[in-house]
Amino acid sequence: MLQIDRLSIGRGDRVLFAGLSVALQPGELLHVRGANGCGKTSLLEAIAGLRRCAQGGIRSTPDELARHWIGHRNALSPSLTPRENLQFWAGLNGADTGAADEVLAAVGLGAGVRRRAVRSLSAGQKRRSALARLLLQPRPLWLLDEPLDGLDADGIALIAGLLRDHLHGGGGVIMTSHQPLPAGLPAVRELALDRAGQP
Amino acid sequence: MSAVAALLRREAWLAARSRSDWLMPPFFLVVVVTLFGLGAEPNDPRLARFAPAILWVANLLAALLTLERLFRADHEDGTLEQMVLSPLPLYLVAACKLLSHWLLTGLPLVLLSAPLGAMLGLDTAAVVALVAGLVLGTPCISAVGGFVAALTVGLPRAGLLLPVLVLPLIVPVVIFGAGAVRSAQQGLPVDAPLYFLAAILAVCVTLVPWVCSAALRNAVD
Repeated sequence: MLQIDRLSIGRGDRVLFAGLSVALQPGELLHVRGANGCGKTSLLEAIAGLRRCAQGGIRSTPDELARHWIGHRNALSPSLTPRENLQFWAGLNGADTGAADEVLAAVGLGAGVRRRAVRSLSAGQKRRSALARLLLQPRPLWLLDEPLDGLDADGIALIAGLLRDHLHGGGGVIMTSHQPLPAGLPAVRELALDRAGQP
Repeated sequence: MSAVAALLRREAWLAARSRSDWLMPPFFLVVVVTLFGLGAEPNDPRLARFAPAILWVANLLAALLTLERLFRADHEDGTLEQMVLSPLPLYLVAACKLLSHWLLTGLPLVLLSAPLGAMLGLDTAAVVALVAGLVLGTPCISAVGGFVAALTVGLPRAGLLLPVLVLPLIVPVVIFGAGAVRSAQQGLPVDAPLYFLAAILAVCVTLVPWVCSAALRNAVD
C-alpha cells in the first residue's frame, strides 16, 4: 500500500531523517513513536505531501488524494459550527454534504454540539469534529498525528472502533501518539524514531 | 464546480459571523473622507480638485485593513493544509478567496465612493469615472494585496509588513484611477487611464492566483 525508500527529510540545517525505509500493508497500523522533535510529524507531513523530501521517495498504490490527513491542528474555522465545517470539507472534496450530521453523530457529537460555534467547544469535541472528516468519504490510507489528544476515555474507545473498522476493511493507518494505543487494534506495528531521526 | 461553490459559501458564512471584518473598511472610508470634508473650508473648490486622490487613497487603505487576515486564519487553524491536499487546484482556492475579498470589501467601497465623491464636490462625469476606475482598480488591490498576504502568511507581524509591500506595487493603479477622475473633471476623455486599469486587472486575474498558490504551498511546506 505504501513504500518508503531511504527517505531523508531536513528542517533548516538539521537532518530529521536519513535513510528511513518502511512499508505499510493493507489492514496494517504503523505506530510512529519517539521523543519530541525527533520528526514524527514531519514524517507524516511528507507522506501526506505537505513536506518535500530531501532524498529518497514515497510510493503508494492508491493515488495521492486517496489519503486522509488529520494533523495537530483541527482545520476547523472557529466561528463556524462543526456541521458547517464538515459540509465545507465535504463540498471541497466532492463528498456528500448531507452526510455531515451523520458522521458527526458517529463520533459522538449530539445535535446541540453540532449547532454551536467551534470556538465554544472543548478540546475533545473539536478533536472529534476533526476526526469526523475521516468518515466523510472512504480513503484507504489514514495519516493521523496525535489523534487521541484531548479525547476522554469514551472518545478514545470510539476512535479505536473507527480504526478497527478501517483496518478490518483493508485500509492502512500511520499514526503518531504519545499515549498508549487502545487495546484490541489488529496488526499494529511500531516504528520507533530516536532523537537523531533514525529508525 | 461544487467545490468552488463550497468555498464561496464558506466565505459567506465566515463573513456573516465576523461582521466587523467587512464593516470596518466601509466605516473607515466614510470616516476618512468625511474628515477631509469637515477639515476643509466650507464650499472650498480645492476640495473637488483633491477629491480623486483622497478617494483613491482612502479606498486603498480601507481595502488593506482586511487583507492581512485573508489567508492567516486558515493557516493558523490548519485549514490551509487541508486545502493544499484537496482535489481543487490551489490556484482556484486562491482565486475564490480573492474574489470573496473583493465582493465583501471592494464592492461595498465602490458603491459607497459614489455618494462620497458627490459630497466632496465631484460632478456627475467625474463620479462616473471614479466608479468605473474603482470597479477596475479595487479587484487589482485585492489581487496584489492577496499575493502579498500569501507571501507573508507564515511571518510574524505580517500586518506591519503588508502595507509596506503592497503600497509601492499598487502605485500605478492609483495613478491611473485618480487620473481618470481628473480627466473627467477637465472634460477630457477617460478611456486611456481606464484601459490601463483594465490591462492591469487582466494581468492580475491571469497571474495572481498562480503566484498566490505557489506562495501558499511554500507557507505550508
